[in-house]
Amino acid sequence: MTTQTASDDAVLRLTNVRKYFPVKSQGLVNKVVGQVQAVDGLSFSVAPGETLGLVGESGCGKSTAGRTMLRLLDPTDGTIELNGRDITKMSRRELVPLRREAQMIFQDPYNSLNPRHTVGSIISAPFQVQGITPPGGIKSEVQRLMERVGLNPEHYNRYPNEFSGGQRQRIGVARAIALQPKLVVCDEPVSALDVSIQAQVVNLLEDLQQEFGMAYVFIAHDLSVVRHISDRVAVMYLGKVMELADRDVLYSKPLHPYTHALMSAVPIPDPGSSARRERILLTGDLPSPINPPSGCVFRTRCFKAQEQCSVEVPLIREIKVGHYLACHFPEDRAVFGEATEVIHGAGPSEGELSTTGELEDDATHAAEGSQNFIHDEVHEGRNYRPF
Amino acid sequence: MSLTATDAPIGDDVDLTEKTVEVAGRSLWQITWGRLRRDRTAMLCVWIMGFFIVLAIFAPLINHLVGVDPYTPDSSAISDNAGQPYGPWAGASRQHPLGVEWGTGRDIFAQLVNGLRISLLIAFAATVAAVAIGTVVGIISGYLGGRTDAFIGRIIDVMLSFPSILLLLALIPVLDDRFSQIGLEGNAARVLAIILVLAVFGWPYLARIVRGQVLSLREREFVESAVAMGSSTTRILFKEILPNLWAPLLVYATNLLPGYIAAEAGLSFFGIGILPPETTFGSMLGNSLSYFLLEPSYLFIPGTVLAILVVAINLLGDSVRDALDPRAGRN
Ligand SMILES: Nc1ncnc2c1ncn2[C@@H]1O[C@H](COP(=O)(O)OP(=O)(O)OP(=O)(O)O)[C@@H](O)[C@H]1O
Ligand code: SF4
Ligand SMILES: [Mg+2]
Repeated sequence: MTTQTASDDAVLRLTNVRKYFPVKSQGLVNKVVGQVQAVDGLSFSVAPGETLGLVGESGCGKSTAGRTMLRLLDPTDGTIELNGRDITKMSRRELVPLRREAQMIFQDPYNSLNPRHTVGSIISAPFQVQGITPPGGIKSEVQRLMERVGLNPEHYNRYPNEFSGGQRQRIGVARAIALQPKLVVCDEPVSALDVSIQAQVVNLLEDLQQEFGMAYVFIAHDLSVVRHISDRVAVMYLGKVMELADRDVLYSKPLHPYTHALMSAVPIPDPGSSARRERILLTGDLPSPINPPSGCVFRTRCFKAQEQCSVEVPLIREIKVGHYLACHFPEDRAVFGEATEVIHGAGPSEGELSTTGELEDDATHAAEGSQNFIHDEVHEGRNYRPF
Repeated sequence: MSLTATDAPIGDDVDLTEKTVEVAGRSLWQITWGRLRRDRTAMLCVWIMGFFIVLAIFAPLINHLVGVDPYTPDSSAISDNAGQPYGPWAGASRQHPLGVEWGTGRDIFAQLVNGLRISLLIAFAATVAAVAIGTVVGIISGYLGGRTDAFIGRIIDVMLSFPSILLLLALIPVLDDRFSQIGLEGNAARVLAIILVLAVFGWPYLARIVRGQVLSLREREFVESAVAMGSSTTRILFKEILPNLWAPLLVYATNLLPGYIAAEAGLSFFGIGILPPETTFGSMLGNSLSYFLLEPSYLFIPGTVLAILVVAINLLGDSVRDALDPRAGRN
């Protein structure tokens, strides 16, 4: 299981990355009257070959985060390291050679391909821009790529409007993997597609990952897709990561009330199973990122919110190995069935997910190891109340 | 995991292959041309325009074949004292198919063909110049944004608020003067001056259109993708964005062209256009003022040709716009 969040061979490491968009008044003089805090203090790293899922409601800053980590947007604050090199302040020109290591797949297959270019020239562009001639020439390499992603190489001279959404997304995938990057940020790569085609594209991405060993940051709001493809999952809310953990842990025993609410809405995979579940409905609207709530940003919709939540920002910390959480009052219930049963009755299948005792051990361990992580100020023992 | 039901082998959503065969490899141009082909008015206008362009290009050859030229007076075709052409329709005859000029006996057909050549040259050159300037300025303004955009925006505002016809009248003699200082004299200087002035007043509106298009194009994800692969700004501007502007540019150019033909005719009519002995539609109309009550063909012939030309290009422009419009019905 990928828990090497803090290891030094990370493909991508974000440290307290912020991206604020200025809000300007409309008028003769454009005065800055506020900031959209689209991404507010992201910290995590992505290991080679792993898939990190990034989920959250619409408008919580997932796309902004994805674009900022590739320096398609300039961060307001924080550090971005790509393969151990700090790219936060690099100029556009300095970034050019590094661009071949990190690529992006976009959400909208109708917008992400230039309608005036043929498929051939779209997939050749990375080679031309980077000045790379693969053995055998660009054209044969592009046709090989087309074949690899499931397109007919004879369609080399066709225009994007002649392809279906799924085929277009394959073109986007071929373009992204053309130079064999180490990291691909996939911004909702399948949410614009039909459900039947979604699975094909997701499977293609998985196959390509096995073949080339690249890491994915997989942005989505569809929790089932994220669960299918991710090794670890980060849950975002209003520009901040609320919880980050291994996929199985996060989906079965989320500790953050927000994650819990999200997970309780996921359809039960096996309707015949006897798993009982309490559905937690989130009430109220997403607060504006221009004027986020004080303390915990989730408190306006949190069913566990207390006095402390409006005063003190819950800092994200490693609560056990590889499990990061930003909450004063973590959940003690599992999504399915009786919480206590699941946690204490650690059967063989639960071995990895630990008992209470182990959890405490892990928490201590986490406190030691957490200087590698970003928020060093762990409020040890004060905020965290194990069950 | 609910994805298993659809774990079909890769490439199975490709049953589109059959549907796509018929449109295989059709670029925007092929689609547009296909639609124009089915538009009767458009095809008629294409033929008319093609005819006039051929006439203009081969004007000297055609005049040579017909055996006329626009400069040589023919005293045998006009009366000695009044200079009135012999015969009706300005003395139209085998030697002079459309008759001769009152007073000089110069051939009308030759003047018309020659004038067409000059008019189209000026109009095309001014259109190309205006479109080129407007496109470059608009792209830069829209893509770079910020102060550059604000600065260019103000210039465009100022340009658009000038009464251009007055400035044209005032500017051409001034430019003439400047050109003569660098040794450019006569009609060469005049033609250049007209092209320049027309282009200068044509680009601002186009630049504004292009800027608007670029503002929306640069937000498209394919531009972001180009940035993500490390493309230079130049490559993004001219390889990613420019190809998406051909449609509005073509529509604007086909609007500009007839306007410029008419503008040149206007300038020549008022006598600040082309200089004698050259003549264009405008100067022919101007010259006819004293005689057209006696001989209507002086007004009728250049007037009709000018009108047909301008209307045909305008109609063609409308058809092109419809054919390029993605919202227009596909058939
Ligand atoms: N260029 C921008 N200027 C100003 N505000 C922006 C800009 N881009 C995004 N925002 C704001 O930042 C916030 C986060 O937007 P973002 O697109 O990153 O969300 P998202 O999580 O990707 O949402 P979705 O699921 O709808 O794609 C939103 O409130 C959005 O309005
Ligand atoms: S810190 Fe408080 S408001 Fe925020 S999620 Fe935890 S319990 Fe809810
Ligand atoms: Mg998004």
